[in-house]
Amino acid sequence: MPTILAAETTQAADATGVFALSWLLIALPLLGAAVLLLGGRRTDKFGHLLGTAMPFAAFVIGVVQFVAMLGRDPENRTFSQHLYTWLPVGSFQVDAGLLVDQLSMCFVLLITGVGTLIHIYSIGYMEHDPDRRRFFGYLNLFIAAMLLLVLADSYLLLYVGWEGVGLASYLLIGFWSYVPEYAAAAKKAFVANRVGDFGLSIAIMIMFAQFGSVSFDGVFAGADGASEGALTAIGLMLLLAACGKSAQFPLQSWLGDAMAGPTPVSALIHAATMVTAGVYLIVRSAPVFNGAPDAQLVVVIVGAITLIFGAIVGTAKDDIKKALAASTMSQIGYMMLAAGLGPIGYAFAIFHLLTHGFFKAGMFLGAGSVMHGMNNQVEMRRFGGISSVMKITWITFGLGWLAIIGVPPFSGFWSKDKIIEAAFVGEGWRPWVFGGAALIGAGVTAFYMTRLFLMTFHGERRWTDDVHPHESPKIMTIPLMVLAIGSAALGLILGPTNALVHWLEPVTGAHGEEAPVLSVPVLTGLTLLLIAVGVAWAYSLYVRQPVPEVAPAGSVLTRAARRDLYQDAVNESLLMRPGQYLTRFLVWFDNRVVDGAVNGLAALLGGTSGRFRRLQTGFVRSYALSMFLGAALLVGAMLLVRL
Amino acid sequence: MNPMNYVYLSALLFSIGAAGVLLRRNAIVVFMCVELMLNATNLAFVAFARMQGNLDGQVIAFFVMVVAAAEVVIGLAIIVTIFRTRRSASVDSANLLKY
Repeated sequence: MPTILAAETTQAADATGVFALSWLLIALPLLGAAVLLLGGRRTDKFGHLLGTAMPFAAFVIGVVQFVAMLGRDPENRTFSQHLYTWLPVGSFQVDAGLLVDQLSMCFVLLITGVGTLIHIYSIGYMEHDPDRRRFFGYLNLFIAAMLLLVLADSYLLLYVGWEGVGLASYLLIGFWSYVPEYAAAAKKAFVANRVGDFGLSIAIMIMFAQFGSVSFDGVFAGADGASEGALTAIGLMLLLAACGKSAQFPLQSWLGDAMAGPTPVSALIHAATMVTAGVYLIVRSAPVFNGAPDAQLVVVIVGAITLIFGAIVGTAKDDIKKALAASTMSQIGYMMLAAGLGPIGYAFAIFHLLTHGFFKAGMFLGAGSVMHGMNNQVEMRRFGGISSVMKITWITFGLGWLAIIGVPPFSGFWSKDKIIEAAFVGEGWRPWVFGGAALIGAGVTAFYMTRLFLMTFHGERRWTDDVHPHESPKIMTIPLMVLAIGSAALGLILGPTNALVHWLEPVTGAHGEEAPVLSVPVLTGLTLLLIAVGVAWAYSLYVRQPVPEVAPAGSVLTRAARRDLYQDAVNESLLMRPGQYLTRFLVWFDNRVVDGAVNGLAALLGGTSGRFRRLQTGFVRSYALSMFLGAALLVGAMLLVRL
Repeated sequence: MNPMNYVYLSALLFSIGAAGVLLRRNAIVVFMCVELMLNATNLAFVAFARMQGNLDGQVIAFFVMVVAAAEVVIGLAIIVTIFRTRRSASVDSANLLKY
């Protein structure tokens, strides 16, 4: 068993100096969103500039805080800022407060840094869209909600941010909502996310019932002495939440359709930041999961299933954005797997999250750049040979590709390799199953990413006649370059030095060195071998042989993968149709039984009184007769009683 | 004379009046029959007063006469109005107020 050294319980210092500005991190983008969305057309002229300046200002604050944090001892890097008392209910009190520590700092830098780059890119990408201002308003709203999510110091405030990003995601997927399919995709994402949100709200309720508190401090303090059953229940509910937000099995089906949104949205929300919120939630809840091995096991299983699932789907997709979405799903599966491994994996999950944020955002923006030049086509079978006309996109995308498949020394190698090693640590069957899944996933990743890269940029030109590809403007290529540099170098900076692991240690807890069941060089060698096989196979299939412009029928597996391994069909038959039948039955029941009873009673009364009404003939003499008869009856009755 | 004979007469008059109300169509005749019934009861009241040896029945007979006088005024006015509008005093032809 791994020796878990309890994390030094560092007392959070009150935020002073630059850390007192933490609230500005959230307030600035929120202000931007408010101005752009409430200001209306008056802000059209400068909306995109304001929208870009706000996250950038937040990024500057984040960097200043980061530097200030570096200057302090590792034990004194946690700051809490009390904003106001949110819910004073008798003895129960929830404060709206922010928590700035090493973990949230990683996210702040990722969200604002990559976010700013994507804002800059969007200025160019959305230039001809009449609703560009609204787009930037939504993006700022997203940044604000996401920062609230990672800076909140209680689960309840986190929930606010959690819902906020869900709303922003919905608004942005359906940004072109005049296309019915896009509006449906937005709705699908929202509904799938709601399922996860239920999990989070139930987890918060259990926390409240068990610990009487929903703040991180209160819950983690209570988690020490809590029963394993309660912790497992909380852990599983948190996992459900994470599955919804992070598109993990079995709630993953929305992510592919979410590509309906403009490409910068796919890059920012559905690749770099929002979909990683589930990983954040699990790493943040480390004290809960550490006490619930069963919940951890389920997290690992979900991660392993999703990483294989996403990889298989990715091999068959011909839509460049959907292939990247499948890849995102798979990479987040890696992060979940690492997060489920416990203290040994938390830091690696965050490490992979950061590097993935860079290379996947870079590749999505690269895909957007290709679409920009190709009349918004996404069909990779009609690409090919673009490398010669879009050199910057080609090189930056290539760096992202090398990073994601894990070629040393690019960043994916450092982060993914660590996860594979961590997955192989343990006893019994677990290291072999989970490590094996991670290892095979790496090979499949190499295959499908190479396929995507080669089909798009190399081989014959299979363009439709009306496209004339051209390199995108500078404002789009500069963010690409920055992200490509990050993809290439981030791992090299953080990986070999173990800087990130040490940085996160006060939050995630330290762990002793554990040897994997296979030695590290063997594992690295195996990984690289599988990657090489994947790349070579893709090369032989998509460069040596011509790529058909119309997708061939393919094998059973290919057809299944094209349809997301029938996940939609499963959802439809298991959830949607029974739901429809239920509602239809309820409508029938309401119409026939409930309404029937009410209407029947009314008809009975109406019919009876209609018949009695006939007694009112209008003839005076018949009334007189009834009066006489009545009087006679009365008299008769009186006589009878008397006798 | 046996005062019960007055009660018998009263019952006979009341029956004639009731039969008239039920069987005749002319509103004036029906009205007169109603008066006949009232006076039959008056006769019974007075007879009972005589038999009981107190004045209660006689007092009630006066009340009935007052009410009957008032009733005649209103009843005749209604009958005259109906006759003016419908050119008929038949109680069966005034049957609009029904289901």
